[in-house]
Amino acid sequence: MKSSLSVRKYQSFFRLRFIQGLQYRAAAAAGITTQFAWGFLLIIAFSAFYEADPAAFPMSFQDTVTYVWLQQAFLALFNTWMLENEIFDTISNGNIAYELCRPIRIYNMWIARSLANRFSRAVLRCSPILIVAFLVPKPYRMILPPDLGTFLLFVLSLVLGTAVATAFCMIVYGLTFFTISPQGVRVLFASLVDFLAGGIIPIPFMPDKVRAVMELLPFASMQNAPLRIYTGSLPAEEVKVMLGLQFFWLIALVLIGSSLCRLAERKACIQGG
Amino acid sequence: MPRKYHDIVDDGSTNTNARDMSTNTVARDTSTNTIVRDMSTNTLAQDMSNTLARGGSTTKKTSALRLWMRYIGINVRCTMQYKMSFFMMVLGQFFVSFSVFLGVYFMFQRFHSVKGYTYQEVLLCFAIFLMEFSIAEMVARGFDSFSSMVRTGSFDQVLVRPRNEVLQVLGSKFELTRIGRMLQALLMFVYAIPRCGVDWNFAKVLTLLFMLIGGTALFSGIFMIYAAFCFFTLEGLEFMNVFTDGAREHGKYPIDVYGKKMLFFGTFLVPYALVQYYPLTYVIGKNDNPLLIFLPLLAILFLIPSYAFWRFGVRSYCSSGS
Amino acid sequence: MITMENVSKSYKVAKRNAGFGEAWKSLFHREYETIHALKNVSFTINDGEMVGYIGPNGAGKSSTIKILSGILTPDDGTVLVDGRIPYKDRIRHVKEIGVVFGQKSQLWWDVPVIDSFELLKDIYSISPQSYKQNLDELTELLDLGELLRSPARQLSLGQRMRCELAASLLHNPRILFLDEPTIGLDAVSKLAVRDFIRKRNQLHKTTVLLTTHDMQDIEALSDRIILIGKGEILMDGTIDDIKKGGENIDETIAELYRSFDV
Repeated sequence: MKSSLSVRKYQSFFRLRFIQGLQYRAAAAAGITTQFAWGFLLIIAFSAFYEADPAAFPMSFQDTVTYVWLQQAFLALFNTWMLENEIFDTISNGNIAYELCRPIRIYNMWIARSLANRFSRAVLRCSPILIVAFLVPKPYRMILPPDLGTFLLFVLSLVLGTAVATAFCMIVYGLTFFTISPQGVRVLFASLVDFLAGGIIPIPFMPDKVRAVMELLPFASMQNAPLRIYTGSLPAEEVKVMLGLQFFWLIALVLIGSSLCRLAERKACIQGG
Repeated sequence: MPRKYHDIVDDGSTNTNARDMSTNTVARDTSTNTIVRDMSTNTLAQDMSNTLARGGSTTKKTSALRLWMRYIGINVRCTMQYKMSFFMMVLGQFFVSFSVFLGVYFMFQRFHSVKGYTYQEVLLCFAIFLMEFSIAEMVARGFDSFSSMVRTGSFDQVLVRPRNEVLQVLGSKFELTRIGRMLQALLMFVYAIPRCGVDWNFAKVLTLLFMLIGGTALFSGIFMIYAAFCFFTLEGLEFMNVFTDGAREHGKYPIDVYGKKMLFFGTFLVPYALVQYYPLTYVIGKNDNPLLIFLPLLAILFLIPSYAFWRFGVRSYCSSGS
Repeated sequence: MITMENVSKSYKVAKRNAGFGEAWKSLFHREYETIHALKNVSFTINDGEMVGYIGPNGAGKSSTIKILSGILTPDDGTVLVDGRIPYKDRIRHVKEIGVVFGQKSQLWWDVPVIDSFELLKDIYSISPQSYKQNLDELTELLDLGELLRSPARQLSLGQRMRCELAASLLHNPRILFLDEPTIGLDAVSKLAVRDFIRKRNQLHKTTVLLTTHDMQDIEALSDRIILIGKGEILMDGTIDDIKKGGENIDETIAELYRSFDV
């Protein structure tokens, strides 16, 4: 009884945040346009490289196109630079004191609102992009997953990827308690992680040695895993490893993040925010 | 990716000049009552000197350039109040562009050319374009954060000052941390210039200079349009990022890589190609037409419609008083 | 001299309805609602007068101040400030006026106040002699001394408001518009601000138009009150005109608001 009540607390946080996220329609429309243009330009650039040397392509052109469209459609789920200003503000202006007054764990509350924020954004943005991606002419058209099993694995991996990205952001929030320059930390993380996650160019396009290392890092468990599982071109063994890594990193990042937040709570209590 | 890193970063930044006064009411000052002093003497003298002062104040106008330098000075001093934050931000800005560079680098580890451009030529293109962008961004940053000026109403304060609004808006924010991005552009220049196989002569150096001038003007114009949109809506401005950050990131490759339609778009609609693709072909020796040297200067004309749109925005702001 | 004659101003505000379907519809077709901020407003303020402009929130006070300072263009009517039409030639007009928005700051947050002043010196092209003279006088009257060397962020609200007042007067304007200059100030600061405004008016014959919700401000400062409600001038007279007997000024005004149903 008690535990179900405490879960409901976070559920209502999630719901509130989700509805709030759905309000920003103009922003969503603009976001869709932006992401569509972005994806389109990326795909043309890839096709120019493909023309130059098709043999050097690490995945099929079709898979690459699909990767890019999925990335643009679900960007809100797994990007790590979409951090919430409100959370930073509560930390920097001391309003965190209010949050500490409530009978909730800061970590759980923040993770609930972050997840809600990501899902509400993705819900608004993904379908128009996906529809267009399935309608554009052939070489640039997105493909369907080969079978239902692959699709389900993709969904599982997508959820895990979102969770890993959110858990990583929690660590960034936690760190801002301990640094003099939260803005600096943010911008550094933003660029570095985006690159390591495969946001600039997909991880398969990296040189083999770099790629081998990057695939083990938690960042590859964010967008790289679901986006590559989707097309079904990966051998089953690799998919298993990927999902395993996602599970592993999710647990690791949550453990790190929640203990960091606990430390931060203690620090905020001592210093008065 | 498509969102702006600096937006995310600067939203909560500490050096906004106009703030809500209602914060910080805790500290009380007690020194005010000393004001109550007898001032009835020398009223006549005051009056006379004021007449003089008023006459003096209208004699000569401080030049726009001097005022702008003054704005930069005050911005720099504000930034330097938070040195640690400044260095972290510079580093961050550097990495934002560095990761894009890494992407290009790794792509060319695998492919050796794209649409006939070598790695070094692409780097040169990227360096020039990034430099154009970062100069414009540093200068015209006031436009970029203009939405908050409209939202907080500090644009009203601009309007009650006897100066051109553009000058004041530009002065409101001069973003020194963009040096980080510029540094990245410089590094790529240093690497690419000796290696790109260009036989540098006066005409080519001049072309490069004109590209920087034209490109800075073009991006400033785009920033101005972005700001002008804020007069009409504060929502959904994100789509403008395609033309700013999007151009910056995708403009690492010469525009013809994106095909004929994009080239047409970049020539006649938003003239990126005038400050990137066309003069670049001259610099790297793919086209010998000397007219291409001066072509980038044509992009300065883009400021005309930008400014017209801005004026339109200001007028509509004054009649709607949002 | 300030004259407003039959000035009207209305805004169109897009209606917003809740719900998904409504939002979808509003993408293509928007309904607007017209709000009349000012309806046939007329008044004259003579040189050297101090006028309190009062009215409930949303009555049209800010719109009036904005029109008079050249920020807002009226739909109808004539506005003349010392012979200038404010919104026609903004730059020439604002040279001669000073404006303080009580809820905003014109000071740069992170640098000493004096740096903001130096910038204003260049913005208004104030000659070095008159700048020095004005600054000295303002420093003395407002007791700014030490404050000038501290960054604005370190000042208390009261200290900051004194600096704001000085900033708006560095160029020695003949007309001063004050939009809620005492909002949020403690008692001591309020007294200091009022005292300064009165002195300024006496010494320099500066015309002052101030909006406020603080009736003590009005009582202490202005002989004349203009009451505005729902965009219309409801009353224009002296404080004694509206005060009957020994009532408290707040009660008097509240009674007035009620009688006009604003």
